[in-house]
Amino acid sequence: MSKAVTDGDFEKDVIQSPLPVLVDFWASWCGPCRSIGPVIEEISAEYEGKISVYKLNVDENPVSSTKYGIRAIPTMIIFDKGQIVDQITGAVSKANLKEIINHKVLTG
Amino acid sequence: MKRYEAVVVGAGPAGMTAAVYLARFGIKTALAEQLSPGGLLLQTCEVENYPGFPKGIKGYELADLFSDQLESYANLTRVQGEISELKIDGERKLLHVDEDWLEADSVVICSGVRHRKLGLPNEDRLLGRGISHCAMCDGNFFRGQVVGVAGGGNSAVEEALHLTKIVSKVHLIHRRNSFRAVPLYVDRLKSVKNVVFEMCTVISALHGEKELEGVSLKRLDTGNEEFLPLNGLFVFVGFEPLSRFLPAEIARDEQGFVITDTEMRTNLPGVFAAGDIRSKLCRQIITAAGEGATAANAVNSYLEHAHG
Repeated sequence: MSKAVTDGDFEKDVIQSPLPVLVDFWASWCGPCRSIGPVIEEISAEYEGKISVYKLNVDENPVSSTKYGIRAIPTMIIFDKGQIVDQITGAVSKANLKEIINHKVLTG
Repeated sequence: MKRYEAVVVGAGPAGMTAAVYLARFGIKTALAEQLSPGGLLLQTCEVENYPGFPKGIKGYELADLFSDQLESYANLTRVQGEISELKIDGERKLLHVDEDWLEADSVVICSGVRHRKLGLPNEDRLLGRGISHCAMCDGNFFRGQVVGVAGGGNSAVEEALHLTKIVSKVHLIHRRNSFRAVPLYVDRLKSVKNVVFEMCTVISALHGEKELEGVSLKRLDTGNEEFLPLNGLFVFVGFEPLSRFLPAEIARDEQGFVITDTEMRTNLPGVFAAGDIRSKLCRQIITAAGEGATAANAVNSYLEHAHG
């Protein structure tokens, strides 16, 4: 299961995380965010122990959303050692996300 | 390999309606979907033209209601995973979902469409950095700013109307001098003060490094080009079929949409299509649902005939 992250925990849970982190920026009223919900959960289960998966509600956490220039949701940002590895917008497929994770995060 | 009498590909309005009807015929059915149920409904702000909802309903709320209606049928299995290939092997239809193959006697293709891109350099890079295909989702990020909307159909005009309530100014950029959208929406948009109509105009370039900073507009009547600063650009220039997983032998029109007869039968026995993936002019929730029901009826006739 993915976990929720807030503005307050972002530094500890994401930036200082020992594992790579995928953060899904979402909102409850966003249809495509709902679309990709099951994909995020599957990624979280399949990559358990390899990457951490967090969801950040943009309505409740404006500081992080603004800091990372979120202008569309869903946007997934992948962090590794506090640095942005990639940023993906829209309800992309699971295969698409897996390819990015496998090639840009787990091989590095 | 799991076997079914019918497999429905895609859980938008067409697929979910086909699944309900198939289940009620007593047909052992699988409904495969790679994302959440709803399809393009999940990107629709307000649905005002679906019968039974006189006050309108949010797209995602209607998607949930469609989905809830599937819950009570023991002969209907919902399969969630990446749909990568459909194979037609005579009477056997094989659908690849994640790592597994589903086998069925019949298939109803309801894979739908996605928004077409402008086809300009930098477009992919600026998606999510100023470019969007969903005003409901992303409009709030542009509160008080200036945005463009590209297109002249119902989606473009409806989404522009939504944006006028949030942003300071909307430039509606349309290559023709009249709209394909229904007059009801066009009239509403014309009555709003913060819209600038850029007619007979196309976007010829997208500008911005880290995020969209503006677009080049080309006036088709004069040939003149000019720079228009924009914080956001919402693109609604039509749809393209989600058909990459389909085998070549299923007949398509020149744009790639699946050709069927009035009973939703394709050129291959036991292969049906319904909803936005079909070659047709009218793409609405109600037509998708209607076609889903028609397709289920045709599947039932096909299976009765095939099983003798």
